[in-house]
Amino acid sequence: MVDIAFGPEPGQRPDAGARHAAYLELTRRKRLYGGLILILFVALMASGFVLADDRNAGGFWNGLPMLTAFPAEVLSEAWAERSRIPGLMAGHLPALIETLNIALVSTLLATLMATVLALLSTRGLARWPRLTMPFRRLMDAMRAVPEIVIALVLIFILGGGPVPAVIAITLHTTGALGKLFSEVAENADLKPVEGLTSTGASWGQKMWLGVIPQVAPNWLSYALLRLEINVRASAILGFVGSGGIGHDLKLAMQWGMGSYAKVVAIFLLLFVTIVAIDQLSDRARHRLVKGK
Amino acid sequence: MTIALATPATGDLLDRFRRRRLAALAVPAAILAYLAYAFVAFDVAGLAGRARLDNAAIFLSDFVSHKVHVTRDNRTGTLTTAIEGEARGTYPAGSHPDWVTTDGTVTTVDLGDGHVVTYDDTGARYVVPGYGTIDIRPGEGGLQLTAPLPLPDWISTSANRIGVTTGHGRFTYTRSKVETFRYFPGWEMFFFTLDSPFYGKGAGELAALALWGDRVDPAQANLPHMLRDFWTNRMWRHGDVAWAIFETVLMAFLGTMGGGLIALPMAFLAARNINPLGPLRFALRRVFDFVRGVDALIWTIVLARAFGPGPMTGALAILITDIGSFGKTFSEAVENLDEKQVEGVRSTGANGVQRLRFGVLPQVVPVLLSQLLYALESNTRGATVVGAIVGGGIGLMLTQAIQTQKDWEEVAYYMVLIVLMVMAMDSLSGWLRRKLIKGG
Repeated sequence: MVDIAFGPEPGQRPDAGARHAAYLELTRRKRLYGGLILILFVALMASGFVLADDRNAGGFWNGLPMLTAFPAEVLSEAWAERSRIPGLMAGHLPALIETLNIALVSTLLATLMATVLALLSTRGLARWPRLTMPFRRLMDAMRAVPEIVIALVLIFILGGGPVPAVIAITLHTTGALGKLFSEVAENADLKPVEGLTSTGASWGQKMWLGVIPQVAPNWLSYALLRLEINVRASAILGFVGSGGIGHDLKLAMQWGMGSYAKVVAIFLLLFVTIVAIDQLSDRARHRLVKGK
Repeated sequence: MTIALATPATGDLLDRFRRRRLAALAVPAAILAYLAYAFVAFDVAGLAGRARLDNAAIFLSDFVSHKVHVTRDNRTGTLTTAIEGEARGTYPAGSHPDWVTTDGTVTTVDLGDGHVVTYDDTGARYVVPGYGTIDIRPGEGGLQLTAPLPLPDWISTSANRIGVTTGHGRFTYTRSKVETFRYFPGWEMFFFTLDSPFYGKGAGELAALALWGDRVDPAQANLPHMLRDFWTNRMWRHGDVAWAIFETVLMAFLGTMGGGLIALPMAFLAARNINPLGPLRFALRRVFDFVRGVDALIWTIVLARAFGPGPMTGALAILITDIGSFGKTFSEAVENLDEKQVEGVRSTGANGVQRLRFGVLPQVVPVLLSQLLYALESNTRGATVVGAIVGGGIGLMLTQAIQTQKDWEEVAYYMVLIVLMVMAMDSLSGWLRRKLIKGG
């Protein structure tokens, strides 16, 4: 800091009394830059807001009072038929289980695939060190493709049902988890691996016995986090095209008036499930990372 | 270590090993059992029956190639050539590509490598090298097919329709029309449509025209003309696509930053070391939990009802969802901060606001900024999905193109653009993270 304030050339060095002024000058410049960035940010936000508002079908200010109209309509109708809701909730349980299965299967498969890909693309651990870069790019590409793109194309080819959703979520999750896994594995202690090398262990044995035990808690924690995300993604994919609770919700919404009790029942199922999974995985992750 | 001490421990150790080995077997077994259950529940075995491999073939061939339809209406005798059979890609009446020749009654379609299709007054013929001539005449009782026997399986026949599929093209004869498809690699009319004077010109020719060639249209210079024709391409709608991509990024930006701005003060109030009021903290936490629990899907639906389709709705949906997740992670970051720095500032006699500004903010800002930028990247991907639900941005264009079930080259184009967009946002957010946090 001081070096910058004084400047490099001895002849131009300000005297010691100017130190205070130099410091203030530095602070002023820092503040100026900070202020400029802030102004730029505010301008971007404001113009973006105006632009988005312009291109929206209904304006923001017109819509604001309407915000509660639809939930109120739904809730009042559902309240009138509240006795039916528990029955409806039970009726949609199979769809909920399908959604949960999609999330769980794809998280499991993705965790397994990400394990292999992460180990193959981590410097110092890779089976083929020259191929770390291609494996990394592969994971980047998998991560960049939104689930919906793959799901919609696969629905065209494979027909509806849970399999397109599973493949779509698995591919994306593999990319996302692979990157996180490899970041964890990079920090793993290499001494156990060296020890295993000295016993003549194969690459698989070195990874399984030397690396996985070290990284497992962190990896599992990331996988659980991903499970939370994937339950939501699976519900959304159902809404856009595949099966599960999202599809039921879409049908109930399309029906409109008269099926709002169903909408509320599905919503309650989804809400309770998501909150429960969040809480469970939160607790499990705390235990995994911070110890018991 | 003496032997006397080690002996009881060894037994214990072996016991633990045995238990561990059992657990190590049980976990994979449980996973396998679950996957087997899912295999049955998802009816994966039945998938083979339901899968439409012909759809996959259509999808893949559209991905890399396009076809040109040469169609004769058998009742009126009019001949049309259309790219992908679309009105937008139809050649003007009387003009055809150079592999189609016609003198009014006899039309010859050259599919290359000796494959020639001829339409004439009596019917149509397809000469397949190495096989022979397939001759079709409409008769009283239906279509009459004359071809070397036995008929191969790439010729399909029924009373009213005869189809021939070879590696060079597809040929279909029905009572009302006769149609030949010729396949070409690449996406059709990607740069210019047929009505543009620049259609069908090579890269060198276009560069020459742009730089020193005579004006194609005397009213305007070639380069702006070219750019405008490209931008307003009716087939690919490059201008609209660019707007849609921009809208998607805008949704992600407004949603992430707006959510961050709103969540920041709430997160401070929900942090134990900032706010001493327990009930308020508890209430705020439950608000975050509620917002996250309701889920983006529901928020998106509710907002779409109020604000109609468009990017604003998408941005608000992302914003509300992010308030929940940011509120939680931000308040955790604030709770984890180092008290020593705050103590130091307090020792100089700073008041509450000053302690916050000089003791707390410098510690948490880098953490929050990095979370914000991570979210920006993942929200760009999310904005595609939200756009598909609320009807805005590239997500909407993608779902529309998929729903037509024929413009797969456009689907491919959008997919490539979405992946590039997400990758660009990924590197942008990574670059900003390095600049703002590590570079200071």
